[in-house]
Amino acid sequence: MRPTLRFVLCGSVDDGKSTVIGRLLYDCRQVFSDQMSRIERESARYGTQGRETDLALLVDGLRDEREQGITIDVAYKSFETPRRRFVVADAPGHEQYTRNMATGASTADLAVVLVDARKGILPQTARHTRIAVLFGVRHLVLAVNKMDLVLWDRGVFESIKARYHGVADEIGVTGFQAIPVSALTGDNLTRRSVSAPWYAGPTLLACLETVDVEEPAVGQPFRMPVQYVNRPDSDFRGYCGRVAAGEVAVGDAVRVSPAGPESRVESIVVWDGTCERAVKGESVALTLFPDVDVTRGDVVAAADAPVGVADQFQARLVWMHDDPLAVGRPYVMKLHAREIGASVTRIKHRLDVSNGSRLAASTLHLNDLGTVNLATDRPVPFAPFEESRKLGGFILIDRATNATAAAGTIRFPLMRAANVKWQNLDISKDIRSRLKLQQAQCVWLTGLSASGKSTIANLLDRRLTIEGRHTYLLDGDNVRHGLCRDLGFTEADRVENIRRVAEVARLMVDAGLIVIVSFISPFRSERDYARSLFESGEFIEVFVDASLEACAARDPKGLYAKAFRGEIKNFTGIDSPYQPPVHPDLQLDTEELSPEECADLLAERIEQELPLK
Amino acid sequence: MNSKGDRSDAWLTELESEAIEIIREAVAAAARPVMLYSIGKDSSVLLHLARKAFWPASPPFPLLHIDTTWKFRDMIAFRDRTAAEAGMELRVHTNEDGLREGVDPFSHGAERYTEIMKTAALRQALDAGEYDIIFVGARRDEEKSRAKERVFSLRNAAHQWDPKAQRPELWNLYNTRLHRGESLRVSPLSSWTEVDVWRYIAVEAIPVVPLYYAAERPVVKRDGQWIMVDDDRMPLLPGERTRERRIRFRTLGCYPLTAAVESDADTLDAIIAETLAADGSERRGRLIDHDRDGSMELKKRAGYF
Repeated sequence: MRPTLRFVLCGSVDDGKSTVIGRLLYDCRQVFSDQMSRIERESARYGTQGRETDLALLVDGLRDEREQGITIDVAYKSFETPRRRFVVADAPGHEQYTRNMATGASTADLAVVLVDARKGILPQTARHTRIAVLFGVRHLVLAVNKMDLVLWDRGVFESIKARYHGVADEIGVTGFQAIPVSALTGDNLTRRSVSAPWYAGPTLLACLETVDVEEPAVGQPFRMPVQYVNRPDSDFRGYCGRVAAGEVAVGDAVRVSPAGPESRVESIVVWDGTCERAVKGESVALTLFPDVDVTRGDVVAAADAPVGVADQFQARLVWMHDDPLAVGRPYVMKLHAREIGASVTRIKHRLDVSNGSRLAASTLHLNDLGTVNLATDRPVPFAPFEESRKLGGFILIDRATNATAAAGTIRFPLMRAANVKWQNLDISKDIRSRLKLQQAQCVWLTGLSASGKSTIANLLDRRLTIEGRHTYLLDGDNVRHGLCRDLGFTEADRVENIRRVAEVARLMVDAGLIVIVSFISPFRSERDYARSLFESGEFIEVFVDASLEACAARDPKGLYAKAFRGEIKNFTGIDSPYQPPVHPDLQLDTEELSPEECADLLAERIEQELPLK
Repeated sequence: MNSKGDRSDAWLTELESEAIEIIREAVAAAARPVMLYSIGKDSSVLLHLARKAFWPASPPFPLLHIDTTWKFRDMIAFRDRTAAEAGMELRVHTNEDGLREGVDPFSHGAERYTEIMKTAALRQALDAGEYDIIFVGARRDEEKSRAKERVFSLRNAAHQWDPKAQRPELWNLYNTRLHRGESLRVSPLSSWTEVDVWRYIAVEAIPVVPLYYAAERPVVKRDGQWIMVDDDRMPLLPGERTRERRIRFRTLGCYPLTAAVESDADTLDAIIAETLAADGSERRGRLIDHDRDGSMELKKRAGYF
């Protein structure tokens, strides 16, 4: 049996979650007298139990929450009984806090689903159960709370249990334990209730102490993501990581993905020595013989059962950020020990978590769950989440804010990206640049409409051409006549527009050209993405800066006038945001400087940063 | 502790592996990592785990100690010994402005003293070091507001914690990306309890400051708590007298602000038994926690560790 049981407690507001945990801690003697006297004091101020001590105050930690009387974040508590060690996650009940529920469930082996006997199964009950299961929980306990308030009526309990059967069946859970309890009195929580002689099952605590949550480990092939390469000197290379599945022994043949070289385990290094084998859950360092090239984010696996490698996936996502998902936007994906660029290529559907129905969707908002297709920059080693939480669970990080935007689970790899291989070509970018006696680079001008981008770009292009440089100018308007003819001006279309332009610019830089890109490119994350396509020093971000008032006054194409009249929608600066660069390589104030002066500054900067050969 | 099969150690093995995973993950992401070393039992365990995580190399970061000049003398001796033994660089920082102004816990009061000699001193040291990953020995069971803090806790450029801006942590995936000036406080002992720490110290034979073991020591009774008289800087109040009592410390901080408990526990087994049977929480001995309801949360928002 697993020595530690991690479980998540879920339910709706006022179902008594915090009281259940408070009661478990109290009855397991995990509450000290000074903590107790403090909550007795606080009960008078914030408590919801009248003159009784409110045990929920033991876990409702933060000031704001105390005042609101609800839990707004996930709280973790460790406690133990003589039989087992527990870590409990208290997940909030408010409907809008799905993301915290997913967070609490992600590390849990078991979920205790709390239901108020007076209210029965609520939409949130199904919702929480579904999220728990989606994020890897395999064992469920239904605790029907506040049984004292329905006078321990067996009929109430049985009908709730029967309804929950329906929910569990529909979600695809095979079984669950149902227990009638009262968190307030402790009945059937830690001691058998004398009020419910008709109930013969275990108390909640006894159930938690004895449940076997061990996954069938036998026969699972060995997998270990490499977190860190330990190289104290040239003689030692230890590949550090935590065994994600199976076990490994000295002499075992292993394969390192994604590159695929085979080797053997030479030693398993632990503190002050070595050992013969290591099993799932242990943090170790492996040395391999022969030594092969291994870096952080690679996965070492049994040679006869290597992990999958792919760059396109179908995945489930829970959206966790205020900014909604933008299809095509490049995010950073963190999958085991690997960080990689990734974007959602298509939303298959959004899931209605209350009833499991699939809805059409063009984006995902905070707390939405959906199924999407996902593409990564490079092939990554993985396993479907069903097989391995460690190798199939991931997060998406917003490039501009660094916020964790989503959490996801890989369902399966998509199409045979493996058939499209990079062709290695003999003529490199370097050779092409040198032939042109220049260094290829991308000069990226961003700014509001009418800020002066096109004028400056044109002047720069002329000047470089006269000097004998090989250039090309990509202009926002011109590109929209052809390459991006199918795109409009919604946020998603703007993201795709920039992605295409950035890719074209990259190809042109690869061809040895100096590429000048003149695009509004309003979003930081897309510009960061564009930068990420180039080698360091190859990309110069130029902020063509003029106030909205100045641009609107210039209005050479009459667009601002139309936008102000509401004839153009999603106009940058008016009803669509512009995110100015935080650290541009060069900032040109076109209210102070003439276009010629700007072009001069820019040409100077190009020469100073990247001396033309 | 990779000897498997000892059932009573099974969950310690799990906690250990989890902590090592966290430490390696943080170091892999860090540009300038550092470990806050407070000399206490949690720091001792944290240091031991870090040494395990990178063995046979030394941990690739320095230790940072904020010296208020009011630590027990035994602690300072232990600190220097431990750093030398681990082969790690020890950086010690004291708030020189506070020292010059003669800030001490008696004349300025516990709250003001802590703000200047600990919180402000820490900010100075972190700014000077430009650390991006800061290991700390915090445990969620220590204090209520810590139960909700992340393993990787984001601090802004002013080292402040915003409970509303925390990043969700799923599985063992940590978002370690930072903007300039931001940092992460990383707590590998998040899921450990006080008893876990002592059991691990026993199993791994980790040295700790002798003050944790019961012995006859000079104390005065003040506000119902036993305060040890560590040197002659401690002014006695009218009616107070120093006496010898058999005491030990459950938690170690600055000596006038950390109360001792009467105890006979002079072995690890006795300490574990006493901890399991304890009626008060370990932070009861920390006088600064009692200033005000929710005081730890207020301190954390201001950048306290």
